[in-house]
Amino acid sequence: MSQASTQKLVAVAILALLLLIWQFLPPALGVPKYIVPTVSDMLTELGRMYRRENLIANVASTAIFTVLGFAIGSALGAAIGYLLGLSAFWERVLSPYILALQIAPKVAFAPLFIMWFGYNSTPKLLVTVLIVFFPVLVNVLAAMKTVDRDMVNLARAYSLNRWEIFKKVEFPSTLPNLMAGLRIASTLAVIGVTVGELVGGNTGLGFLISYGGGQANAAMVFNAIVLLTIIGIVLYSVLVWAEERLLHYIPKKDH
Amino acid sequence: MALEFTGVTKTFTLPDGKDLTAVRDINFTVGQGEFVSVVGPSGCGKSTILSMTAGLYQPTSGAVRVSGEVVTKPNPHVGFMLQKDLLLPWRTIIKNVEFGLESRGVPKAERRERALFELDRCHLKGFEDHYPYQLSGGMRQRAALARTLAIDPAIILLDEPFSALDAQTKLLIQNSFAETIQEAGITTLLITHDLSEAVIMSDRVLVLSERPGTVMREIPIDLPDRAHPLKRRQMPEIHQHASEIFTLLRLDQRAA
Repeated sequence: MSQASTQKLVAVAILALLLLIWQFLPPALGVPKYIVPTVSDMLTELGRMYRRENLIANVASTAIFTVLGFAIGSALGAAIGYLLGLSAFWERVLSPYILALQIAPKVAFAPLFIMWFGYNSTPKLLVTVLIVFFPVLVNVLAAMKTVDRDMVNLARAYSLNRWEIFKKVEFPSTLPNLMAGLRIASTLAVIGVTVGELVGGNTGLGFLISYGGGQANAAMVFNAIVLLTIIGIVLYSVLVWAEERLLHYIPKKDH
Repeated sequence: MALEFTGVTKTFTLPDGKDLTAVRDINFTVGQGEFVSVVGPSGCGKSTILSMTAGLYQPTSGAVRVSGEVVTKPNPHVGFMLQKDLLLPWRTIIKNVEFGLESRGVPKAERRERALFELDRCHLKGFEDHYPYQLSGGMRQRAALARTLAIDPAIILLDEPFSALDAQTKLLIQNSFAETIQEAGITTLLITHDLSEAVIMSDRVLVLSERPGTVMREIPIDLPDRAHPLKRRQMPEIHQHASEIFTLLRLDQRAA
């Protein structure tokens, strides 16, 4: 058997083992199902959520705002990262503010956004945009500062103008860092949306978590967490897929 | 004259406000088709000479002329190559060779044709669609030479282009560069710290003093086979010239 198929087999075996332990260990230890629900409890609850709690609409809302917040936040982060990267002056003037905002816990802004915009989708979108913005900005800015000066000089010697130098040398040079920033941002986007929905939403998986928590329905909370994780994994996988295609010219390291 | 330095001095202002004179009163000329090397102790301003020829910055006083015209901005008639190949890793080899032509209004078909011609001349036929990471260090430097030649420069500046290569590759690439440069009939200024490299490859060697660098001596190398450094390496005169430069640079005393 090849090594790859052995790996797959072991991975599936571990998953099966985990699910079995989850199904049988808590009842065996006498843990009640409102504390730790079993796998079958969760599946039953998932069916009920589908019929009674508008599960599809809630998943769709969270997924859409995750992607939307990720797209807007990373576009803004990249745009400002590149602009600051082109101007050493503004980068120096604004860097203390960027650092302060980067350190400030973004999710703590959620109640403020609800006070300003009310109980609708705007606050959760804003939290997501804000949380996604910084890792992208910081990665892009760091990459712009480390573009090979000799490469830029070569482009200048070849009579490229400022815009062409950006387009043909600087932007492609920063692509690996931009992609790394986007990958980090994709995982944060799920957190942003969840917090927005937890604090003041009436739709989405974050809302189902606080609703289920209020009813002591642990199975509902677990299900929502699993679905949030799946949304995050899908977004992350899309980015990894895109990165492998965009950065095909970087030789892969063997592990 | 292809290249002419007259009374060139370059002073930099350091971040702490002090002035640093990198080169002082440099005078030399390089004739059409000539291959001239510049050697000198480290920090003597070799790279400053190169940057001023490329037009990346201007002398504080004096003038640099390429084909009789004073260099005041990045000069499209100067091609330069560094120790790093500076190939764009996201472009194929042929697209890298075309890079220098893209901002010069050369039509696409002609760009491709010229790139193919230069790749052939640099013995890289068949590697057009490879990416830089798929090539060895020596092949990458040849690709960089092809890119440099593709812009049809009046002069090429080589800044230690062989110093990152292993000893054997270096000999082969020196030979291949010498052949290609001879065949193209192109004026070349080579900056190097390798004394024997300077002697085997050049028509003439300029020896610079310590900073602020100035031309201490011009040593003509009147030997045949400039296009074949491997053959020249066997000639006894090479060692005489190299040891003459060695003495000029007082390397033995500096080692003490």
